[in-house]
Amino acid sequence: MKVSPDLKYTQNDEWIRVEGSTGTAGITDYAQEQLSDIVFVEVLASVGETIAKGAAFANVESVKAAAEVYMPVSGTITAVNNALPQGPEAINKDPYGEAWMVRFTITAPAELEGLMSSAAYQKHCEGRSH
Amino acid sequence: MAYIPHTDADRQAMLAAIGVERMDDLYDAIPADVRFPDLDLPEAVSELEILDELQALSEANLDTRHFACFLGAGAYNHFIPSAVDHILRRGEFYTAYTPYQPEISQGTLQAIFEYQSLICQLTGMQVSNASHYDGATALAEAVILALNHHRGKRAKVVMSPAVHPHSRQVVRTYTQGMGVTVVGDESCCNGPDDLAAHLDSNTAMVAVQYPDFFGHIVDFTRLAEATHAAGALLCVSVNPLALGLLRPPSGFGADVVVGEGQPLGIPLSFGGPYLGIFTTKQEFVRKMAGRLVGETVDSRGQRAYVLTLTPREQHIRREKATSNICTNQGLMALAAAVYLSLMGKQGLRRAAELCYHKAHYAAAKIGALPGYKIWNEGTFFNEFVVACPKPVAEINHHLLEDHEIVGGYDLGHDYAELKGHMLIAATEMNTREEIDELASALEEVAHD
Repeated sequence: MKVSPDLKYTQNDEWIRVEGSTGTAGITDYAQEQLSDIVFVEVLASVGETIAKGAAFANVESVKAAAEVYMPVSGTITAVNNALPQGPEAINKDPYGEAWMVRFTITAPAELEGLMSSAAYQKHCEGRSH
Repeated sequence: MAYIPHTDADRQAMLAAIGVERMDDLYDAIPADVRFPDLDLPEAVSELEILDELQALSEANLDTRHFACFLGAGAYNHFIPSAVDHILRRGEFYTAYTPYQPEISQGTLQAIFEYQSLICQLTGMQVSNASHYDGATALAEAVILALNHHRGKRAKVVMSPAVHPHSRQVVRTYTQGMGVTVVGDESCCNGPDDLAAHLDSNTAMVAVQYPDFFGHIVDFTRLAEATHAAGALLCVSVNPLALGLLRPPSGFGADVVVGEGQPLGIPLSFGGPYLGIFTTKQEFVRKMAGRLVGETVDSRGQRAYVLTLTPREQHIRREKATSNICTNQGLMALAAAVYLSLMGKQGLRRAAELCYHKAHYAAAKIGALPGYKIWNEGTFFNEFVVACPKPVAEINHHLLEDHEIVGGYDLGHDYAELKGHMLIAATEMNTREEIDELASALEEVAHD
């Protein structure tokens, strides 16, 4: 599994890139590995909508399972990756880059404190039993 | 070896969880004296004797082979080519369900694929699932699709009163406890404009029927535009046989087209099994319940069929599934596919034309009788409403007892305003003599 040191992570395998007051989120490499071939993505969030930390903003479906993707921190959506539904396999190929899901204005920056660093997230994944 | 996995400890834990001590406590609600009734069964008889007895019982039923039938209201007496039944009963096909190890049954998958393709052609829609149990279930699944499409943010369904009353009931049953309100069908005469007046930002779906329950052929183009302008979806429930003649509902922008598939080669059979047709646009395919067979190529490049969307509900989505219906009505879907193949485009059109012309001949005859009046305004297909001079039940009794005719449907059952109105259907099976006899019998009963 790959992690990227410039990102923060949730227990539920979402990542967030923080640039000033803007956050970008998607699911981690570990998550895509666990799901295997992803065949369907539906971003539920629409631009302008404010979504609370922990609320679902997307559905991801692979040949094995369906999963909801939750907001790592609260935010107001500014952009949605509309290319993703047409090419959901991007999540398998490039989860931290091409397969970003939503971009948003972070509305409660204090919530970032509760997220994991890449090292902590790596440890978190290694500690999980299957 | 016992195949029941629960141990005594499991049972005790379950009983404790629901707060009873013994298994017998679960049956407390049933009076003790009826828990194990004496069945008082007769002595066993031989196969020969029991066949005689069952034959006699079945002959006590009246059937459409011996009686002229003018009853429709959602289930119609059509001609079924014998080849339909012969193909259905082949051992390779004779299962009611999609197989659970589907890819090994390529023939069954191909048959379902052909069914889907034919239904798409007929409705003009892009995607058909492998079918549902009946037309009413299919309509309810259409409503579920709309609710999910709007992610639970819209909770109103605008329902035409001219959608089959049973289907409307099934929709209400299906959506119980989901906070959904169904409006629009309060009066029998609410037309497209009355339905459009209900549209708002809380409306998930508008549901209409084509031809409608009273037989009318309504153009829903304007209603479709208004529905889409409000951000809602339009569902059209069809009689698939009528589509042999009529413009398909995709033409006026339907998002979901459902229907009762019984007219396509499925016998009346005292009410079932029937066939639920469900079609939609490509963009809603992931929201569609049930199964979908797809065509692909195998590792050697040969054509092969797969259950493209089967595992979604049961295997992948599980508790996130939006519908619990995973199976289809395999045998009846096959019947429809065989029927449509045998009839062909021209044959289906001819059958639909015959239905139309026979119904219009009947309406002209009956409308001219003193005391009877045709209620329909505008074009109708193979069914029409007659205002009668006497209670419908009384007229039907007379038709049945004195003329061996199964009369029309008593609309007073479902519409308070339509007491004394009878819904009469005609199909290609009704001869001119039968229709003339119906008219003279109606004339006779009016004078009694």
